[in-house]
Amino acid sequence: MASEPPLLSMSGITKSFPGVRALDGVDLDVQAGEVHCLLGQNGAGKSTLIKVLAGAHQPDTGTIRWRGDDVTLRSPIAAMRLGIATIYQELDLVEHLSVAENVHLGHEPTAAGFVVRGRAAKASTADLLKRLGHPEIDPGRLVGDLSAAHQQIVSMARALSHDVRLIVMDEPSAALDPDEVDNLFRIVGDLTAAGVAVVYISHRLEEIRRIGDRVTVLKDGRAVARGLPAKSTPTSEVVSLMTGRNVEYVFPPRPAAPPAAGEPVLTVENLSRQGEFAPLDLQVRPGEIVGLAGLVGSGRSEILETIYGARKPDTGRVLVDGTPLRPGSVRAAVRAGLGLAPEERKAQALLMLESVTRNVSVSSMSRFARAGWIDRGAELGAARAAVRELSLRPDNPDVPVRTLSGGNQQKAVLARWLLRGCRVLLLDEPTRGVDVGARAELYAVVRRLADEGLAVLLVSSEVPEVLGLADRVLVLREGSVVHTAPARELDEHRVLDLVMEGSPAS
Amino acid sequence: MTQPVSPPRDSTGKVPSAAETPAWRAVLFRADVRTLSLLGVLAVLILIGGLTKPDQFLDTRNLQLVLTQASVIGVVTVGMTFVIISGGIDLSVGAIVALASVWATTVATQEYGFAGILFTAVLVGLGCGLVNGVLIAYGGMVPFIATLAMLASARGLALQITDGRTQIVTVDSVLDLGERDAYVLGIPPLVLVFAAVTVVGWLVLNRTTFGRRSVAVGGNAEAARLAGIDVRRQRLYLYLLSGLCCGIAAFLLIVLSGSGQNTNGNLYELDAIAAAIIGGTLLTGGRGTIVGSVLGVLIFTTITNIFALNNLQTDVQQIAKGAIIVAAVLVQRRTASTT
Repeated sequence: MASEPPLLSMSGITKSFPGVRALDGVDLDVQAGEVHCLLGQNGAGKSTLIKVLAGAHQPDTGTIRWRGDDVTLRSPIAAMRLGIATIYQELDLVEHLSVAENVHLGHEPTAAGFVVRGRAAKASTADLLKRLGHPEIDPGRLVGDLSAAHQQIVSMARALSHDVRLIVMDEPSAALDPDEVDNLFRIVGDLTAAGVAVVYISHRLEEIRRIGDRVTVLKDGRAVARGLPAKSTPTSEVVSLMTGRNVEYVFPPRPAAPPAAGEPVLTVENLSRQGEFAPLDLQVRPGEIVGLAGLVGSGRSEILETIYGARKPDTGRVLVDGTPLRPGSVRAAVRAGLGLAPEERKAQALLMLESVTRNVSVSSMSRFARAGWIDRGAELGAARAAVRELSLRPDNPDVPVRTLSGGNQQKAVLARWLLRGCRVLLLDEPTRGVDVGARAELYAVVRRLADEGLAVLLVSSEVPEVLGLADRVLVLREGSVVHTAPARELDEHRVLDLVMEGSPAS
Repeated sequence: MTQPVSPPRDSTGKVPSAAETPAWRAVLFRADVRTLSLLGVLAVLILIGGLTKPDQFLDTRNLQLVLTQASVIGVVTVGMTFVIISGGIDLSVGAIVALASVWATTVATQEYGFAGILFTAVLVGLGCGLVNGVLIAYGGMVPFIATLAMLASARGLALQITDGRTQIVTVDSVLDLGERDAYVLGIPPLVLVFAAVTVVGWLVLNRTTFGRRSVAVGGNAEAARLAGIDVRRQRLYLYLLSGLCCGIAAFLLIVLSGSGQNTNGNLYELDAIAAAIIGGTLLTGGRGTIVGSVLGVLIFTTITNIFALNNLQTDVQQIAKGAIIVAAVLVQRRTASTT
């Protein structure tokens, strides 16, 4: 491998944005047929680097050599023509077009130069989908009707519909179930066997161990380690390279005595929604963290949103302190002391154009207002106190929320409910898009809030997270609870068995 | 129990401003640049006016006229700015102004004098806003469609009331407001009303929960809903507010023209939207300023005045307006994309 020039060689890449030096001289070599993993905390420069590689950003300085030649990636089309395809974390599909139309968007097979040959497009799409292990996806269906996992397959089919030599995958496993991840790895294996190089970005170290060949670690816009062997480099070394300190996947200790006593603050009785989840009963006591474990599509998020009133239940009710809430009313839930940190932070929780203060105070505005008139001093002081309480960085609540990292944006959402004085916190995928170092901090924050008397209901697709953080775990499979047990009596293997098989057989 | 975090009393109240980050300063700077550039454009226009027609343009009476003309559309634009910030649009403002102005000037209404005219104009504006708001907030109609329907029906109703005739105002106390005797320190009362609406609009947008909720609904309606804001009620209030502004504007127009006509307020919707847009309000919602919108109105009114003084036809004016809208949006895109 050393004899031939690398497929891609980026050297000395710098890129600055106003006030931020996103890339500070990054080097990256990728060989044909390898899986090259890119690791780094949020803000380390991964996104900027892959956007440079995709032609979406122009570097300030530095050179890019492609198969031995200097190239300039002037635009995404230029990168695509060379054979570089990028699958972004936020899928860029057109919901109102069919699968086949999305796959061939911009390079439709045509007759006479402009008449789209729909049948040919469908046939080639079907071939691609079969190659990707998903022949069941109908090329004629609208992309908007597909699940997130299937949309990702379509995104991949689109990348493969070009003549690719290098595919960049930005956290492709984030929205996938374990068996979907296996399929993804199989696809990656097929690609590399055919000589295609894959640049793979993930927060999950165990995935990198499984499929990675080499690892480049980014920190603060620099490559702090290049081409480490993916399988043999110790985890502690990788983590300390990323963080600059030795942070493991640390969960805070549980309180010595489980808070089994006391009246439940949140009671869910017989709650169900047709086609989403079967009648559900659960109780959460003050100081308790209850986890819902299950695959994507098992109804987890739907359960949380229904409890919160964002969806109207078909049967059953939600009680706070024994008082039933008006069904399907978010305002009733908020008034009763419920708070939701939703799965899609940017789309469902944050006002991205506004400051941290305004994002934090949005649910408690009337507390700082007399006859609608906001006392901005009191508001800022309270926001500042909440931000301090959660050690949000930077601790200046005037900064726009969009400049924060994922972990700190999540803290801003928690601060909103802390400020509101909420008593039941519903957490939906609280660490999605949050880097390893910040996760441990978030876990500690959640545990501390629980210790202070908050009731927490946690949903996560990462089983270790549910097991590590929750006191009690409900295992879901296809919308039904198949098992309930204290977290300390379960392990990851057992939970995965339960969610896959659905029977508590060991 | 977790207690709500209470605002710190004294000790932690002050925080060294060294915590300010460059990112935030950039935002501040950009906001200033936008206002400054609008002021710059206005200054250039005044310079052009002063150079081309020094005697006529800078004449006190002409400046009073410019401001008076800006007042009617200005009041409408303040309401429109709120609606656009919340992610909506109100195409019916011109038609509402027309309907309110003719309803308030019927013979029957005029019998109730000053108060009758003012009350009717405001009530008709609020009524139309209520219909818009209910259709959009609770009927689930797209604002564009609902207000387009209101545009058509309100214009139709205005024509039906007047039968195409101009309704002359005979109430002296109303007409007196437009006379020179009523000027306060040389400022026409209509301009004072415009100034008052602007100040109140600025305060409501920047200092009240209503303003915050409007911005939140426009910035991210789903996030606002999940944060516990009653998004539908907020939308209803916003179209009511726009209707109220139309009612006030209709009254100003009655004072200004001494009559009510069904052709009043023609294309006000486009002028108001254009003024808000060049003032920096995002058509997608979530961001906008009252100051910017008012500067936008003043820029457009000044252009119209300069063109009229120089005997240029309205077609040239329209082209110039279009060019300014394009230029303003292009400049804003440049400043916005530097993040």
